[in-house]
Amino acid sequence: MKPPPFTYHDPRSIEDAVALLAEKDNAKLLAGGQSLMPMLNMRFVLPDDVIDLNLIDGLAGITEDGDTLVFGGMTRQRDIEYSDLVARRCPLMKEAILNVGHRQTRNRGTYGGSMSHLDPSAELPSVSMAQDAIVTVQKKGGTRDIAMADFPMGYMMPSFELDEMVTGIRVPLWPEGHGYAFEEFARRHGDFAITSSAVLLDVEPGGRISRASITVGGVGPAPLRVTAVEEGLTGETGSVELFTEIAEKCREIDAMEDVYAPAWYRQHLASVLTRRALGKAFSRAANGTEMTLR
Amino acid sequence: MGAKMFGARVARLEDPRLLTGRGSYTDDFHLPGMLEAAFVRSPHSHAKINSIDTTAAKAHPGIVAVYTAADLPEYLRDMTVPFQVPNPAISQPFQQRLLEDREVCFAGEPIALVVADSRYNAEDAATLVEIDFEILPGASDCKSALEDSAPMCHADSANNEGAKYTVGYGDVADAFANAHLTHREEYWIHRGGGFAIENRAVVAEYDELQDMLTIWSATQSPFLVKQNVVDMLGWESDKVRVIAPDVGGGFGPKTIYYVEEALIPLVAKELGRPVKWVEDRRENFLATNMERDQYWDMEIAVDADGKLLGVRGKMIHDSGAYMPWGIISPYISATTLPGPYILPTYELETRVALTNKVAVTPVRGAGRPQAVFAMERLMDRAADKLGIDRVEIRRRNLIPTEQMPYALGLIFRDGKPMTYDSGDYPKCQAEALRIADYDGFRARQEAARAEGRHIGLGIANYVEGTGLGPFEGATVRIQPSGRICIYTGGGDSGQGHWTTLAQVCADKFGVGVADIDVQKGDTGKIASGVGTFASRIAVNAGSSVHLASMEVREKALKVAAHMLEAAEEDLDIEDGRVVVKGSDLSVGLAEIARAVQGMPGFSLPGGVEPGLEATHYFSPSQSCYCNGTAVVELEVDPATGWVDILKYSMAHDSGTLINPFVVDGQVQGAVAQGVGNALLEWMIYDDNANPVSATFAEYLLPSAPETPNVGVVHIESPSPINPLGVKGAGEGGTIPAPAAIMAAIEDALSPWNVEISGAPITPSMIVEKVRAGA
Amino acid sequence: MSDRRTISVTINGETYEREVETRLTLADFIRHEVLLTGTHVGCEHGVCGACTILLDGRTARSCLMLAVQANGHEITTVEGIAPNDTELHPLQQAFQDNHGLQCGFCTPGMLTTLIEFLGDNPDPTEQEVREAISGNLCRCTGYQGIVAAALDAAKRLQGQETAGA
Repeated sequence: MKPPPFTYHDPRSIEDAVALLAEKDNAKLLAGGQSLMPMLNMRFVLPDDVIDLNLIDGLAGITEDGDTLVFGGMTRQRDIEYSDLVARRCPLMKEAILNVGHRQTRNRGTYGGSMSHLDPSAELPSVSMAQDAIVTVQKKGGTRDIAMADFPMGYMMPSFELDEMVTGIRVPLWPEGHGYAFEEFARRHGDFAITSSAVLLDVEPGGRISRASITVGGVGPAPLRVTAVEEGLTGETGSVELFTEIAEKCREIDAMEDVYAPAWYRQHLASVLTRRALGKAFSRAANGTEMTLR
Repeated sequence: MGAKMFGARVARLEDPRLLTGRGSYTDDFHLPGMLEAAFVRSPHSHAKINSIDTTAAKAHPGIVAVYTAADLPEYLRDMTVPFQVPNPAISQPFQQRLLEDREVCFAGEPIALVVADSRYNAEDAATLVEIDFEILPGASDCKSALEDSAPMCHADSANNEGAKYTVGYGDVADAFANAHLTHREEYWIHRGGGFAIENRAVVAEYDELQDMLTIWSATQSPFLVKQNVVDMLGWESDKVRVIAPDVGGGFGPKTIYYVEEALIPLVAKELGRPVKWVEDRRENFLATNMERDQYWDMEIAVDADGKLLGVRGKMIHDSGAYMPWGIISPYISATTLPGPYILPTYELETRVALTNKVAVTPVRGAGRPQAVFAMERLMDRAADKLGIDRVEIRRRNLIPTEQMPYALGLIFRDGKPMTYDSGDYPKCQAEALRIADYDGFRARQEAARAEGRHIGLGIANYVEGTGLGPFEGATVRIQPSGRICIYTGGGDSGQGHWTTLAQVCADKFGVGVADIDVQKGDTGKIASGVGTFASRIAVNAGSSVHLASMEVREKALKVAAHMLEAAEEDLDIEDGRVVVKGSDLSVGLAEIARAVQGMPGFSLPGGVEPGLEATHYFSPSQSCYCNGTAVVELEVDPATGWVDILKYSMAHDSGTLINPFVVDGQVQGAVAQGVGNALLEWMIYDDNANPVSATFAEYLLPSAPETPNVGVVHIESPSPINPLGVKGAGEGGTIPAPAAIMAAIEDALSPWNVEISGAPITPSMIVEKVRAGA
Repeated sequence: MSDRRTISVTINGETYEREVETRLTLADFIRHEVLLTGTHVGCEHGVCGACTILLDGRTARSCLMLAVQANGHEITTVEGIAPNDTELHPLQQAFQDNHGLQCGFCTPGMLTTLIEFLGDNPDPTEQEVREAISGNLCRCTGYQGIVAAALDAAKRLQGQETAGA
């Protein structure tokens, strides 16, 4: 299982990288390598050119910009895991990142890489969807922003062009005291989730939910913001009955099917995990109450 | 001499080398001028080959040679792997050719061999080999393969039945006719592969100066490799040497002889350069043998007290496309079923089905987990129907110690009548229940239920034939330096033989294990050998080491008596020296060893033969039988189907223990594989027998968070069959695991009346059962 | 013609300069160019962890890196863990004392992973240890001896620190 022959490029700037992307019509970007290298080793992809992004300065980093966290595309998952800034301001991401692979894969894997690969149950795309992130892509000639809602085009197909690359992700933050929970179900620790549910809640004093975000991963071809389900929460007071009823609606999401997990099971998990996530998120909200849903 | 090393928890001698990265596994060898090989393997489970064109591949830079069947010497083109374990029950003993060019019968079957200056280039060239296939339908599931409408596994066959046989004893029909209760159920048990972390690998070098071919192979059986290389390639036995270096796990699949082990030496000799082939993980999924499916259609008959009257049924076993190991696996299944119980009548008809998949040969447990699953589930059902506790029904049927040795009335794979030599089954079960705190379980279960949690407990017993013959020898030699060296034929893939065999020897000479070297798995160092599989080395090689050491000890005393001018009765051996009791007089083993090397013109002292050494090939009169009990307590989340093993307890009797530390490790590792069989490991194929699971992302091995700690209590019922009283210990942990785990899941989900009649089980299957029972 | 680069990689303190194909994996470079065969290859698709090394002190699966990516970097392999030729690192000693290895094939990856982990988390719980090695498959031990070794090593290393304080 050795990679096929290719021409290797190690650009030192984003400009050089996108210039290569513009020029080469069968190129792959090498970020963390945790997804691309297995595919190369198995010869599932046969690029003529591999463009290594690891030597470009300034493409990684986590900074605070008001109520937004700004991530460079090459930010390592490990740095997200150990970031005080993320832990404080985006606890959903902190909770989710611990489910991403294993420590070896998080040392190399990148935020931008995970977004570009767009596995249906990958945690960072799910969190990005939950938080209405904005993805910045760049090509030779300019940059543009893509709202997360528009980012997935299909199964493992983000909506940017072949000559574009992800350079950053801006994550709008929820106010202090918000409720959050990331629940996932996988066969083994660190495996890709079969299904996940990411929940954010804004709860007012008295338990009234003013804003809700529910994202289900691993059910459809890309992480799915179930806005119709969220609407059932807005304006309501959190309770076991409400959350149970709302979570049940997740069974109606169109689900993928394969030999490893039937469609009904993904729908079932979507409902169970959303119910649990709602309970946890409400418990964690400053104005919520302790609530455990099974 | 006291027993200081034997039976002690000695830390392993193997470890420092391995811990510092100084192991020598087959892929670690770099020989001058070495070439690397890659195979072109069939992507289809079943196809006719119309043509093969290697022109483009041969022209690729870095390629030295490309072989198909047509390029092999004529005598090898149609030759098949010798039939290792014939049996009259086998009607279609298909064996594999070295390279196939007519009809490929499993995805992964080798078609061409590319030899190049690097594996990278070899793989490039492999993609350039053009093959014109005519795809044929594949026989996939072994049960449907035996139906009339099934596609033929081998196109010219009339049917897919490879073998059929019945085992049993007693008047089964009568037992069922007069039973108080009978119960019939069908079971499906799937087991996957060994999946050692090291893949297979072969390095071969032909030394023209010495006219000697050396083969290093990641094998459990270097002597088997040598035998087959000699038989197939027609070379002189003394011109071939096979060495198993450090091997990174075996678990059964590396026991078998594979075509690569003939091809790589062949081309190495022909090309006049060393050749290395390292299997990659995709090849391992496709072309390394594994276990797979068995379907059991079984019936149990009991009296009103739950005492067994009979078990009967039919089993279908998936053999794959070829039968390199005959019907050993299913035969072991059939003869394992009675277990530790008094079973008055028994009958099992087995049909072995050919399917277009890689061959099935033993994987740790070797057909026993499946049989234990069937028997233990039948016992549970009988108990439930009679309203008897599942533990109690077993207690009532266990063979009491007073009846040992106990003859079953069956013939085992070794051709001998099955007689359980020793074992205290009631004590074993009781001990397992004790360490599992069985008495407190129902209270724990109720407390959990009150919290909305669902825990359950399951139990399973097994008896396992180990220490298989025909022999495994050992030479014990004391070097002129005084160091002791043991040579033995079986390989080591993690069992710690250096340490344990040294422990058998050490006390005879009053030395520590650090004074002893063990060279294993090398056909150049001892004349005959068999291999490390079927949990046989402690019994066979251990006994050989014991007997050879005793003989060397006696010789040392005899020679020393002469050298010290003392009577043998006045001598003892301490700290590597022969001493005259009660005096300062002594002579070292080194001096004695040098004394019997011989000086020209002088007779050897004491009239002995030269060399302070002895060789023994211990041959057991029959297998010896281990036994054990597993008790599993686990929690199930009925909403997601997640299973969390809370407490795994095993009472394990493998006779006298040479090193309890090593045996603990064997039990723990074996349990992990059993957990994998129950909850995670599943080789999935499509309806045409093409593999769907082909990587570790799809085929799930237990990792640390999924594997429980195992509480082990050792019971030692020495075997009377060998001088050490030892029995095999490598497989016991795996054997009862699926049965006990499924029983525990059923118990946890009893509010939903869940019944589980197969393995593995997945979370979605559990949720489906819960929803059906709601 | 194959795409080649000259790279300079420091492994266990020694620098190796080699000309390699750009598609050569780091695992193959370490094993077959530099001939440090302690790092093992088990799957080549990033699951088994046998190939784990430390790259600038951080664990990485060397089968999922190209050798050219290690140019200018520092790598520690299993051969670089022991302090010298005669002594074992406390983690290695703990493995021997707790029967943490059988065939030894997964062991180098376990050691590099635990070295990093115990550096990050010097006083872990058993569950934390199990999660830390969840990316390293072992088929022999059932992990029990490995976990015991890691917990034992944690104590030894902390004792060393307090002893040296």
